[in-house]
Amino acid sequence: MRLDAVDKKLLNDFQRGLPLEPRPFARIAETLGLSEHEVLERLADLHDRGAISRVGAVVQPNTVGASTLAAMAVPADRLDEIAAIVNAEPAVNHNYEREHEINLWFVVAAADAAGVRETLRRIERKTGFKVLDLPLEQAFYIDLGFDLR
Amino acid sequence: MIPDITDRRLLDAIADGLPLTSRPFATVAAWTGLGEDEVIRRLGRLLAGGVVKRLGVVVRHRELGYHANAMVVWDVPDDEIAEAGRRAAAYPFVTLCYQRPRRPPIWPYNLFCMIHGKDRAAVKAQIATLNGQAGLARYGHAVLFSRLCFKQRGARFDREPAPALEVA
Repeated sequence: MRLDAVDKKLLNDFQRGLPLEPRPFARIAETLGLSEHEVLERLADLHDRGAISRVGAVVQPNTVGASTLAAMAVPADRLDEIAAIVNAEPAVNHNYEREHEINLWFVVAAADAAGVRETLRRIERKTGFKVLDLPLEQAFYIDLGFDLR
Repeated sequence: MIPDITDRRLLDAIADGLPLTSRPFATVAAWTGLGEDEVIRRLGRLLAGGVVKRLGVVVRHRELGYHANAMVVWDVPDDEIAEAGRRAAAYPFVTLCYQRPRRPPIWPYNLFCMIHGKDRAAVKAQIATLNGQAGLARYGHAVLFSRLCFKQRGARFDREPAPALEVA
């Protein structure tokens, strides 16, 4: 992906601290010496090109609703089929294949713990595979964004 | 702080991101039936209260050339995990660092670190640093590189189908 110096600054320097004022992008534009319009165009373009998933909030796990990291051991030849069943669950927001005997890893988030449990049970029922439920017990890291430089 | 029902509604409304418009909070206000100043005030409180970790650009590592991602897990005695977790989390390439339960016998690990790098060699070098410098080598560990990404989006906590957790 081709990124110029301004794109890189937008991606690296504004992962936190979005100005909490009526025109936040005008404030960002000011610090970059651009117009508000140009900042909005560039962010929309970075979004379209897949460089950013959104401009928004990253929520600390287990402060709003409930969530867990779940995992399953799935035979390789059934992975796509099982992943599609997992993806179809509205409470699933990340779903990855990883290189391990336990190879399908996904995050389930719902309004409360019962909602999470229901989703895990439904996935077990629909797939026939056991789901490992690995909820967060302690966080050691405060997410300040990711340094791209 | 405990977010109230209005906070939840607000976080759900922006789960897919703020609108990229001149006055994004005014648009969100219209979506949620709140005032623009109320949206801004509530987001400020959610940040100060630690419910929202950050508000800004959420990047997609893979698309930006960070093609290698590993979840590295260790089996650390319970009375040592707080210290081990703090040591691992101090490295800038560790993007998440959590304690989660073991599920013996199939899953003996309780310390989880997420590492992003340009390629596998870079990530392997970073893991070597954690095992060496950070002193984690004495614990049993496993490295789970990610292969396919089937889904990545912000979390939604509403009861309706569908804010934003990051795990990978």
